[in-house]
Amino acid sequence: MINLPLPLIQILIGLIGILAFVGLNGLVLVYLERKIAGHIQRRPGPFEVGPHGILQPLADAVKLVGKQLITPKGADSVLYWAAPIISFAPAIVCFLPLPFGPKLTNIDINVGLVLILAFTGLNVLALCLAGWSSQNKWSLLGAARDISQSVAYEIPLLLSVLPIMMLSGSLNLYEISTSQGAWPWQWHIIYQPLGFFIFFICILAETNRAPFDLPEAESELTAGFHTEYSGMGFGLFFLAEYSYMIVACAMASILFLGGFNGPIVSGWWWFLFKVYALLIVMIWLRWTYPRVRFDQLLNICWKWLIPLSLINLLVTALFIKL
Amino acid sequence: MLDFKLDEIEQSGDFYTRNFQPTPEENKLVLNMGPQHPSTHGVLRIILEIDGEYILRAEPVLGYIHRMQEKMAEVKTYPQYLPNMGRVDYLHALAWNWAYAGAVEKLMGLEVPERAEYIRVITCELNRINSHLLWWGAYLLDLGAFTPIMYAFADREIVMDILQRITGSRLTYCYYRFGGVSADIDQKFINDTREFCKYMRGRFPIYKDLVTDNIILRKRVEDIGHINLETCRKYGATGPVLRGSGKPYDVRRAEPYSVYDRFDFEIPVYDEKDALARYLVRMDEMEQSLRIIEQALDSLPEGDYIHPKTPKNPKPPKGEAYFAVEGARGKIGVYLVSDGSKSPYRLKLRSPGFSNLSLFAEIARGTLLADAISILGSLDLVIPEIDR
Amino acid sequence: MMVKKIAQTLTGLWSLVVGLRVTGKNFFQPQITVHYPREKVESIEGYRGHIELVPKDNDPFTARCMACGSCARVCPSGCITLHIKKVTEPAVSAKKEDNSQKPEQNNQKAAPAKKTKTKRVLEAFELNYNYCSLCGLCVQSCPAGGLRFSDNVYLAGFSRKEFEFDLLARMRAQKEGK
Ligand code: SF4
Ligand code: SF4
Repeated sequence: MINLPLPLIQILIGLIGILAFVGLNGLVLVYLERKIAGHIQRRPGPFEVGPHGILQPLADAVKLVGKQLITPKGADSVLYWAAPIISFAPAIVCFLPLPFGPKLTNIDINVGLVLILAFTGLNVLALCLAGWSSQNKWSLLGAARDISQSVAYEIPLLLSVLPIMMLSGSLNLYEISTSQGAWPWQWHIIYQPLGFFIFFICILAETNRAPFDLPEAESELTAGFHTEYSGMGFGLFFLAEYSYMIVACAMASILFLGGFNGPIVSGWWWFLFKVYALLIVMIWLRWTYPRVRFDQLLNICWKWLIPLSLINLLVTALFIKL
Repeated sequence: MLDFKLDEIEQSGDFYTRNFQPTPEENKLVLNMGPQHPSTHGVLRIILEIDGEYILRAEPVLGYIHRMQEKMAEVKTYPQYLPNMGRVDYLHALAWNWAYAGAVEKLMGLEVPERAEYIRVITCELNRINSHLLWWGAYLLDLGAFTPIMYAFADREIVMDILQRITGSRLTYCYYRFGGVSADIDQKFINDTREFCKYMRGRFPIYKDLVTDNIILRKRVEDIGHINLETCRKYGATGPVLRGSGKPYDVRRAEPYSVYDRFDFEIPVYDEKDALARYLVRMDEMEQSLRIIEQALDSLPEGDYIHPKTPKNPKPPKGEAYFAVEGARGKIGVYLVSDGSKSPYRLKLRSPGFSNLSLFAEIARGTLLADAISILGSLDLVIPEIDR
Repeated sequence: MMVKKIAQTLTGLWSLVVGLRVTGKNFFQPQITVHYPREKVESIEGYRGHIELVPKDNDPFTARCMACGSCARVCPSGCITLHIKKVTEPAVSAKKEDNSQKPEQNNQKAAPAKKTKTKRVLEAFELNYNYCSLCGLCVQSCPAGGLRFSDNVYLAGFSRKEFEFDLLARMRAQKEGK
């Protein structure tokens, strides 16, 4: 028998678990999104496959897997197919350091926060490649939009996370979680309401969710960077987008909402509850608002969010010193 | 043998390939928007020359849904052409019905009974509300909001049910006849319509809260796509586009036809000349339409719904007639020439959408791509009407 | 200036909350769509299906139509074809003329022999529903009130052939069905 080192086994088991979790969550989220959209629009949403359409996402997934993969003429096929994989793979790594519960952290590393922030940044590269390699002007425009958007929003995102690191004095997500108490008034959001607000707007922009879904604004750019993708190529982008949503909401709940800490009995259920509550808010926003314009999007970032988050940072630093 | 060389044609190309040839200039991208594009609503094609996201030049290409509506009239008898009018502009079909029926009546000197005129006013205004509602939903879809169109559809459904009961169709109406309408309205229609008016009034605040007041929407439509009156005059723009530019021109007031001079209604005008002004004109117009409907229902006279002596196969005397009505998109005109036979000698349709689209090339220059979409939507284009 | 700008931003943000409230309220309101195969739409009154022949008052399975042909003439889409048999009834002496069936031609009135009465008997009323624009001109033009719109909402088929009906045969089939 080959002697595998223990951390490796741990990571492997974790990866398998995370893959299952990501897949399942993707299905649940798609279903949730469509149902909520339906009910907001006074219609039932998916209803035919399974009771109340609960198997609809599964059927869609099967359909996507079964579709032919088409490489457009003139596309750079290596980059073209690498892009969805580059988009999806880092999403899985992002799950590794997340503390789901008091005893449910896959790898407990002390730079978990930085790791996640770094790996989510990789997504930009994937979208850039996708846009560039598909030999389509709409894709190119979508990719260009995505890059400037992501680069701009990375700054306030980091600036709104910094005060949390100061408050808890750690980059380890587990320790950040445990530094907060069980009850809502013991969470960081009480000290950092502005930080939470900025962070939430930034994750909306980073995950390309409406009203900031400009890279794939279908009324302007048909489908943006994934215009040309078919079958699982599109499916992976789709899954990656939902995974990043989960990672982002998980981050928000760990940093600001106490993570797995909750009233009465703390545990992974509180964590999941908070993540899904945030996700539902994201979905709700999407089905309510029109899309902002591109220059406005950048204006919000440079003229409002960055100054505000800098002020927030300074004020927090002052308070901690005092 | 062919007496032309294919190469030559390929080289010369059509207007668009010649005018949008790739040039060595840098930073310039020629983008083909449509005929299949989510926000051209049908089969409009626009060739864009862009620098980054800024539009240097935009050129609409028409004709993808040209159906020879005008030529068709020449081979059909007068009544046979009626159903065509429902297909020119499928959103405000009754206005086109009216324009054609009015032109023929004018030529024949046919009197329309008073009750029929009132019925026409009521149904035409209901149809106008329907058209504006769909525009509202589709415009927001262009701007990226998915929910409003569903609410608009829910309201449209009520109007369509009301109209279906008497006209028999839900979209492409063929209801007006020479000298009246094809069926009388009954008490249930009147009650339903009154109820709808009340219901619709309650819906406007919701629309205002959800959309009109929304800061994101405001920022998307405010101060973009300025159309000054000079441009309107140059291109013959009418309807909400003209009224959004500050000119209170409405055919219902300017050249009152039918019984419109008997009703008390306002013509919404906004001076801002931007997309928001056009948006608000349409929103206000819906309320005014409700007012007209209620007044018409209150004073609905008894009588025939169609002139009893309407000839079955009319042969209008030699001559010509022009009849204009106010459609949801602007002035709809039908120009008819008769040579005394049973089919028109020539029919010309003046579609407001064509004029309104023509100015797009001018106002889109220098705007962002996203703004161009917003401007295009604010013109409320129905492509089948433009191409005819 | 600065204060005004901030106030504007705040009202803008508040408008976003108001928008959320509208959609949130709608989320909890009942649906207004109809689950078609399980439920059916009630309001089909006034619906125009394909045209059908109106039966006589005293006999529900005989058409009122007297084969005048005006519906076929007026139809803008040319979807009505009448097959008419001309039966010449001898006024005094029994003499039969040819009764070969042929499609109705416009304005082709049978020139009756001096003292015979020509009766036009409808053999088949072919409707090509594919081209029908549901305008209602045929219904209005019928002097006998012999046409109406059916309320056959759930008409569907896989090929064009399925929408070419013989309305007379349809009426007979109804009779046999009963
Ligand atoms: S409804 Fe109109 S198109 Fe249809 S058969 Fe009758 S006349 Fe012809
Ligand atoms: S118009 Fe009426 S009576 Fe004449 S052929 Fe048609 S259905 Fe028969």
